[in-house]
Amino acid sequence: MSVPAIEIRGVRKAFRRRERDAHAPWWRRGWKDTVALHELDLTVAPGGVTGILGPNGSGKSTLIRILGTLMTPDAGTAKVFGWNVVTQGLEVRRHINRVSVEAAFFKELSPWENMVYASRLYGAVSRGTRRRVVEILEDLGLPRDVIDQPMKQLSRGQQQKVAIARSFLTAPSLLLMDEPTTGLDPRSKKEVQAVLEKLRAKQDITVLLCTHDMDEAAQLCERVLMLDGGSVLADGAPDQLCARYGASTLEDVFMQLTGKTLEAEEMVEVEV
Amino acid sequence: MIGVRSSEMGALLGFAERQLYVYRRYWVWELVWLFYSIVSVLSIGFLASGLGALGAEGGTFDLRKAQLYLLIGALLWGYLSLVFMEAAYAIAWERWEGTIEYTFMAPVRRVTHLMGICLFAIVYGLARTFVVLLVAIAIFNIDFTHANIAGALFVLAASMAPLVGLAILTSVLPLLSPQKGEQMSFAVQGFMLLVSGVYYPLSVLPLPLQAAGWISPLTYALSGMRTSLLDGATVGDQLPTAGILLAMGAVLIPLGFGVFTWAERRAKRLGLLKRSG
Repeated sequence: MSVPAIEIRGVRKAFRRRERDAHAPWWRRGWKDTVALHELDLTVAPGGVTGILGPNGSGKSTLIRILGTLMTPDAGTAKVFGWNVVTQGLEVRRHINRVSVEAAFFKELSPWENMVYASRLYGAVSRGTRRRVVEILEDLGLPRDVIDQPMKQLSRGQQQKVAIARSFLTAPSLLLMDEPTTGLDPRSKKEVQAVLEKLRAKQDITVLLCTHDMDEAAQLCERVLMLDGGSVLADGAPDQLCARYGASTLEDVFMQLTGKTLEAEEMVEVEV
Repeated sequence: MIGVRSSEMGALLGFAERQLYVYRRYWVWELVWLFYSIVSVLSIGFLASGLGALGAEGGTFDLRKAQLYLLIGALLWGYLSLVFMEAAYAIAWERWEGTIEYTFMAPVRRVTHLMGICLFAIVYGLARTFVVLLVAIAIFNIDFTHANIAGALFVLAASMAPLVGLAILTSVLPLLSPQKGEQMSFAVQGFMLLVSGVYYPLSVLPLPLQAAGWISPLTYALSGMRTSLLDGATVGDQLPTAGILLAMGAVLIPLGFGVFTWAERRAKRLGLLKRSG
């Protein structure tokens, strides 16, 4: 039996903040815990796209950050291809890459400069790197002259395409995608989704996709986990989940499980 | 094992190369900083000239030597502070650019990351200081005929070890406090300027500050280079100073990495490794 791409057992994460009660004097502040993940268990087999669905504050990004070795869990264990994210972080990092909601680039540098930097960090630089970068970017529909322009001159959709291309350039076994299409216009969103499907067809890779876009999840994911308040509410293939809850869309499934819509949750987050 | 070493070496060059790319894009800013460095050193040179105009010359006071003493302090402080701040800003810079998460997720040892930044800072600092030195020589007719350049370079090379250690220790501050860490780096740099004898001998300081000066590596770096440039101390004469500097480096570099590792673990536990802090 192959080693799971992701194996999480009893992972819990809470954030401690010093806060003042509404009517307490200004000098009296107590510690308060905000739980981001409740005793999470999850196993993801290698290959395929697994979606993590949930509103802001549901624990999606915390999960991604723990798997990316950017955060340590308070309890439980998390492994990536058998490597423990806390005690074997360097090994884990050799097998992963991440595309986040904000394309993490040096904005003054060009896509080429950013990608050669990434390639050096991942030990993926060779004589043909420039040709490969040009090929990937052209394949993604980016004009050839874009490669040497500062990133800040590119549209957000173009930046996200470069971010996806950069992640594939380093040939990760697990790609963590944290809301890669959030904030993009509908056309850019479709293009970025198409890019992901295109590159996945070429490269054997496991993708963990965090999103609150139910349509995106239904289109791209073979398996979906719904998170709310740091707990898993549902787990299964999009069709199975819809069938199980007698719903026509994943949005309806989420509504049945929580009594609320994702849009309403987003509004609450914005108001807070 | 060889593959791992080679990829770490590639990453080390990658960090240095990235800094080169960034500086190339910000070349106008770098010209402004170069201008600022030149102006700072010239101000100190003219301050020494002004002492003569104010009647300080005469008796045992050697105005030429005083001018050279101050200019060496200004030049070296410019160089050392540049290397110090470049390394100290390694984390703050990543946070400004929004790349801190990407860099910390890369399969690279932290020692490689920080040493790559230091490597670029040392090379760039030397290049910039050389330009400033040329301007200072042209304007003040600096006489290096009594100087032992090899002795000065020997001390300069030895001083890199404790300087890198100190810089890594300071680069921890933005990890501990994303909001205030950068300002604290400035405070540390200001204190080093005060106690390390950049523009005056340590003997003029009150005793507690003198004590702080004796444990500052910059004190030994400056004093060693001055004795070579002003009095012609040779490489052999500088062995004790170089020994002190290397011993300080042997303590400060592992200490710096140890503290950085602790701070990184703390940041991961508290969720501080993100662009907004």
